[in-house]
Amino acid sequence: MAVKSNLINMVAVLGLTCLFCSGVLGGAYVLTKEPIDKAAAEKTNKAISQVLPSFTEVKYNEADHYYTATDGETLVGYAIESTVVGFGGPLSLIVGITPDGVVYNTSVLSHAETPGLGAKCTTDAKFMDQWKGFDPSIKKLSVKKDGGDVDAITASTITSRAYTLAVENALNTFKEIAGQAGNDEIVMPDSDRASNEGGQDNE
Amino acid sequence: MKEDKTMSKFKLITDGLVKNNPTFVLLLGMCPTLATTTSAINGLSMGLATLFVLVLSNMAISAIAPVVPDKVHIPVYIVVIATFVTLLQLLMQAYTPAMYETLGLFIPLIVVNCIVLGRAEAFANKHGVGESALDGIGVGLGFTCSLTVLGLVREILGSGSAFGYNFIGGHDGMLAFVMAPGAFLCLGYLMVLFNKFLKKN
Repeated sequence: MAVKSNLINMVAVLGLTCLFCSGVLGGAYVLTKEPIDKAAAEKTNKAISQVLPSFTEVKYNEADHYYTATDGETLVGYAIESTVVGFGGPLSLIVGITPDGVVYNTSVLSHAETPGLGAKCTTDAKFMDQWKGFDPSIKKLSVKKDGGDVDAITASTITSRAYTLAVENALNTFKEIAGQAGNDEIVMPDSDRASNEGGQDNE
Repeated sequence: MKEDKTMSKFKLITDGLVKNNPTFVLLLGMCPTLATTTSAINGLSMGLATLFVLVLSNMAISAIAPVVPDKVHIPVYIVVIATFVTLLQLLMQAYTPAMYETLGLFIPLIVVNCIVLGRAEAFANKHGVGESALDGIGVGLGFTCSLTVLGLVREILGSGSAFGYNFIGGHDGMLAFVMAPGAFLCLGYLMVLFNKFLKKN
């Protein structure tokens, strides 16, 4: 079995093992970097095309974490990243908003909600479908329990509230973007919460 | 003589599955066992990830064990295991991003999974590369099967589905089984059944 230890062989064996392992990992990192980046980009692209009508080009605004999608010259809409604190940790959404201020669709980028409860925000068709064409000038953006028009997921009011807040934050960001673009035809309902666009702290 | 040898090799694998079953008999690696088995698929993937690390680290450690000085053998083993785990993490991130999303949080925990270091200490550093690989396969399969069964039971009771296929038409299952208390309950009852079955034979 094992060799008797002395300073020289301990240092040598441990040093060589670490050196060899770092070499292997360095190589693996270089080899997998491209597919990892590709997978991440694919995921984002898929999410954007899910939450907006068809487009030909997207531009990313890094400062405010949103994508502007255009089809030739016409503006298709904005896909806004929005992160809030959910029940189990950060809940990160991408919210597609068309130029008329209506939510086209939403999609979850990452979450840490309880499986079987809050995690249903990615599978519950009834909850997810209500965001398609959600018009904040007609419907009240808060869950039914709080007197709004959003159907919460059964037994997951906290997640549903967080989801609603994320959409609200995205709409506020949209208001800012639209304001900057000098487009004041857009009428948005007043929001009682302070504008607080998310998008950082992506897990 | 030859038959004896194949018998013992076969026994190495079945030992890991039944007599040395890491979950139900040795009670090792409880953290990933309880945390990842919210569904059968999750349990299966976590088991396979551990199997991968276990086989490779068993082989590597049995190969280097004769030259590793006694006093630094644990740090050396941990470095080897951590390397394989990081390798697995990078590969999963690159080629199975969907799986990485659900298991990503638990993959680094394989480093400190006592099954891996336990097999290195108890088996791999005393046996040859081939035998250690078989032991890794056996124990890894035992872990995978246990996690899949536990995940399946919790998924059926908790979400009313099996391997993602829902059979109660969108109704809610008994949600407690998806959460931590249900994990302990299911694990306890499965352990009772397993040991009863084991004693009978």
